[in-house]
Amino acid sequence: MKGWILSLLALVAVTGPNMAGVAEAQTTVKPAIVYANGGKFDKSFNEGVSNGAQKFTKETGIAVADFEPSNETQFEQALRRFAQRGQDPIIAVGFSQAVALEKVAKEFPNTHFTIIDSVVKLPNVQSVVFREHEGSFLVGILAAMASKTGKVGFVGGMDIPLVRKFQCGYEQGIKYANPNAELISNMTGTTPAAWNDPGRGAELAKGQIDRGVDVIYAAAGSTGIGILQAVKDRGKLGIGVDSNQNHLHPGNMLTSMLKRVDVAAYNSFKAMQAGTWKGDVSVLGLKEGGVDWALDQYNEKLITPEMKAKVEAAKADIISGKIVVVDYMSNNACK
Amino acid sequence: MDDPLSLLFLVAAATLRTATPLILCAMGGLFSERSGIIDVGLEGKMLMAAFFAGAVAATTHSAWWGVAAAVAAAEALALLHGLACITYRGNQVVSGVALNIIAAGLTVVWGTAWFARGGQTPALEGSERLLPLFFPRAGDNILVYAALLSVPLTWWIVTRTRFGLRLRAVGEMPLAVDSAGISVTWLRYRAVLLCGLFSGLAGAYIAIAQNAGFSRDMTAGQGFIALAAVIFGKWRPFPAFGACLMFGLLDAVAIRLQGVKVPGVGEVPVQLIQSLPYLLTMFLLAGFIGRAVAPRAIGVPYEKEH
Repeated sequence: MKGWILSLLALVAVTGPNMAGVAEAQTTVKPAIVYANGGKFDKSFNEGVSNGAQKFTKETGIAVADFEPSNETQFEQALRRFAQRGQDPIIAVGFSQAVALEKVAKEFPNTHFTIIDSVVKLPNVQSVVFREHEGSFLVGILAAMASKTGKVGFVGGMDIPLVRKFQCGYEQGIKYANPNAELISNMTGTTPAAWNDPGRGAELAKGQIDRGVDVIYAAAGSTGIGILQAVKDRGKLGIGVDSNQNHLHPGNMLTSMLKRVDVAAYNSFKAMQAGTWKGDVSVLGLKEGGVDWALDQYNEKLITPEMKAKVEAAKADIISGKIVVVDYMSNNACK
Repeated sequence: MDDPLSLLFLVAAATLRTATPLILCAMGGLFSERSGIIDVGLEGKMLMAAFFAGAVAATTHSAWWGVAAAVAAAEALALLHGLACITYRGNQVVSGVALNIIAAGLTVVWGTAWFARGGQTPALEGSERLLPLFFPRAGDNILVYAALLSVPLTWWIVTRTRFGLRLRAVGEMPLAVDSAGISVTWLRYRAVLLCGLFSGLAGAYIAIAQNAGFSRDMTAGQGFIALAAVIFGKWRPFPAFGACLMFGLLDAVAIRLQGVKVPGVGEVPVQLIQSLPYLLTMFLLAGFIGRAVAPRAIGVPYEKEH
């Protein structure tokens, strides 16, 4: 009896004043995540989502079920399996799950789905997309200013419009800071395996460095681990993506282009818990804090006051609309 | 930077970097195949070796323990293959495929249990990796030299030693070897173990020299390419070495051609460049290699007459 009262008190202490509502909601929130091909520990895109989920679990004590596919045919099965087991909401990570999600979301109209990086227009689907070109513009400025050779590099994962969007924003940022700078770009591959090929990523990076590049932006999921390693091995500068990757190689990481997928995942779960979940499309850019550049103790020595001033000025201009960064995906061209 | 000589050097270095695991693996496969044991499981052995190299190097902070563990892991799989194919006379292709599946699954499961990073091992640095010896830009670590040495060594063993003569004989006509009073089983086991040694080194190269740690499925089909190189080279060390270099060169060139404007054509599409190695392989296979004659007894388990 005494123990029971104690645990009730503890529950009150944790959940605070609106406990009644939460206690009821907690029984219905059974979140699940289906990750993209790079895997949960890619130190980048998927890991960002995973960090958001962990934050949610830590705060609420609600476990998040997850699934890491070994190939893309498993998306549909995994989503359906979770829906059948009564998981709700379910987050599908990555554009490549859009088709599978659309199918499964129609089969389970009472289950709530969130898709990151793609838009599925159904009442029970929340789509979260980012204005990656804006964040990439900012790291492009830093890359151009940090480069001594005037040659900067970009290594993308799979060659798809979404990755071209990163590249295109980056290129505009480079030209904004230094119109004479040259950009050398590579894509790792044309299949989803390109997200998980660090060996090839390293070779691409070495190829660029051999051609005089001294700053490389890696937008390639798990492949990025190899790219950034190669950059470090050669003593050049790398730019991380999605999660803050500055800690990977302190001194050799110029910055990271943050894409707050962690916030997107966390917000979806929280909204579900609070009963405010809505099926809609949210587009998160600099203004909404959905993308940004990373400055922390690992890279502060590499960012000069000039660089910081220039990038912050550009950020303010983008937010105010003074600078318009072209979105590659709006017309499949970088102009 | 852009002068032809340094470009040549850089492309040659990149070729060697990508060809190293292929060469080691192909030499291993050559021993096995010459003794009459088909080895489709090169990929699996290399993957398992890569995992143990990464995991043990991360745990012990020593690249050398990583190499030792890689070789031990590949030998364990090689013995399993030997047990299935030599002792129990199973189907060699099936056993090889099974090894590949086992390696693909177990590396991830063990990796998750050991490091809890979704099958990856922690990133390695400094002495946990094999670092370049003379040219930091070329990435010439010790296993690159080992791969280059393995080719004349294999040639010498196969063509100039008594063991090599018997090895070839057992792949062509095991009955003759057996009637000369030499154990077919023991010969084939030795061939399979040599194969394990080389594929273990190849796996170690991928995980702790070329990259800095193991990640899921990181061998990415290179074991099969090495097997193709053995067949391309008609089961001979130097031609097989040439085939490995060709695959490496195609890869290196493909990487460097991306995004480069070719005079008169403009920028070549990425997709075309990436399919180049495969197109050229088909072309060479169809037109230039000629008939490849396998060892006569390959794939046939040897049964002693009673």
